[in-house]
Amino acid sequence: MRASLRALGLAVAAPLLLAQAEPRLVPDVSDRNIEIRYSFAGAELLLFGAIIYPGGRPPEPGSTDIAVVLKGPLEPIVVREKQKVAGIWMNVGRVRFRSAPSFYAVASSRPLPQLIDERTAAIYELGLDNLQLSPGGGTSAGTLRRFEQGLLDLRARHQLYAEYPRGVEISEGVLYRARISIPARVPVGTYTAETFLIRDGRVIAGAAREIRIEKLGFERFVAEAAERWSVAYGVSAVALSLLLGWGASSLFQRRYG
Amino acid sequence: MDIYLPIAGLSVNALVIIGLGGLVGLLTGMVGVGGGFLTTPILIFYGIPPAVAVASATTQITGTSISGVLAHRRRRGVDMRMGAVIIVGGVIGSITGGLLFRLLQDSGQIDTVISLLYVLLLGSIGFMMAKESATALDILKPSRRNADRPARRHNPLIAALPMRWRFYRSGLYISPLAPLGLGFVSGLLTVLLGIGGGFIMVPAMIYLLGMSAQVVVGTSLLQILFVTAVTTLVHATTTRSVDIVLAGLLLIGSVIGAQYGARFAQTMKPELLRMILAIVVLGVAFRMALQLGWRPEEIYTVQML
Repeated sequence: MRASLRALGLAVAAPLLLAQAEPRLVPDVSDRNIEIRYSFAGAELLLFGAIIYPGGRPPEPGSTDIAVVLKGPLEPIVVREKQKVAGIWMNVGRVRFRSAPSFYAVASSRPLPQLIDERTAAIYELGLDNLQLSPGGGTSAGTLRRFEQGLLDLRARHQLYAEYPRGVEISEGVLYRARISIPARVPVGTYTAETFLIRDGRVIAGAAREIRIEKLGFERFVAEAAERWSVAYGVSAVALSLLLGWGASSLFQRRYG
Repeated sequence: MDIYLPIAGLSVNALVIIGLGGLVGLLTGMVGVGGGFLTTPILIFYGIPPAVAVASATTQITGTSISGVLAHRRRRGVDMRMGAVIIVGGVIGSITGGLLFRLLQDSGQIDTVISLLYVLLLGSIGFMMAKESATALDILKPSRRNADRPARRHNPLIAALPMRWRFYRSGLYISPLAPLGLGFVSGLLTVLLGIGGGFIMVPAMIYLLGMSAQVVVGTSLLQILFVTAVTTLVHATTTRSVDIVLAGLLLIGSVIGAQYGARFAQTMKPELLRMILAIVVLGVAFRMALQLGWRPEEIYTVQML
């Protein structure tokens, strides 16, 4: 529902852009492909670009702001909550979310509440509190809020969800750049990097780029083999362990008798 | 030296994992247990997802038990017939365990069940071992009740089972249902806990079945070898959580550690070795118990669907 509102927002904005000859965004990213290899320990992504003004004159600095969102593929998840039952901490409650982004980072040139009102933020899903997680039914609003906070907090500590309130740097009102760090545990898939140009509490231009994060080479082969040829994968795991065990014992026997 | 684990989906320090494998291997070589009860909790503690830790530790045990089996076969210390019966039970147990694992995973109770089983099993076995080795080391006085009672070779419950087979190497004439059931239980535990189950099988073979001591360790290792191999296959096809890179790193450490452990063991008193094992086992049980009762670091957990 919010997604369609948002599409509507962009659709409404488009003719406005033409009519008033509003500025245009030319975004780019430092890496269109992030490759997870054997020594992958995280990466830093640079999202940058230029703001092109009609007539080529930038307005006085500080009047325009930029927000950059990097979002991973949406996935259905179950969030579980532990409670103490008979002296033991165990999972008691659960809530299903149908569309939790596996990664979400937003960077802006000023803290988001200073840029836009809550309604606009909700339409464009700007900010961690505005993610549309599509929870399953049958849960009270309070409980839902608690589980959402639990999820946000957990993923924030794993660096999967992040907000950088002053993470975008704008030089001379024309060039902008933001750094977003990608942790080692990042899920693979197609990510979108969206850039929003904001003035007077309104989003006046937007542009998106796709980024692929994927496992490559040996890592990709292993992950695919485990999914597709699970029996062969299991057999080779067993063979590997037998070979190593037998190899070590015969090697040591020859050396020490 | 960071290495990315493709199934676990995170980077680990390879040297830490090899070192952990080495430590566990040393213990394996010294006292003849697979060491899965130590590997799995430490891997989970290190941040590896529990399912991946359990499955990959199982794969590692296959590797450490093969050299033991070969050594015992040379000394004719394996009862193949008894082994075969236990393995059949173990395979059935491991497949049942695979289904149970999936069921518990879906209901969200797998972590609690794993921890509870660990505390109960390790706590009771660690306590028994500590008491036994302390008596052997003359730290504790043997209790009079035990000393007076004549040693009973056959458990009456097992003697009552129908259909008897001869197991020559073990020196037994008993129903195959008993070792079959024993194998089943150890297969279940292998899948659920990522342990070979040697430290449960060995006492059970001696005290419950009454097998002759020369074939106990070899036969137990043979069954561990087969059941962990089958369990690896079960995990690979159902939970898909065997990380071959993680297992490989653990193996590099443990197969080398096991060789040094075996050499080291010859210079030490066996009672002292059992005492060390008992202390390690009790330590792990204590750590797990704390984890159950303490407020956990993460109240919320996420499972992908």
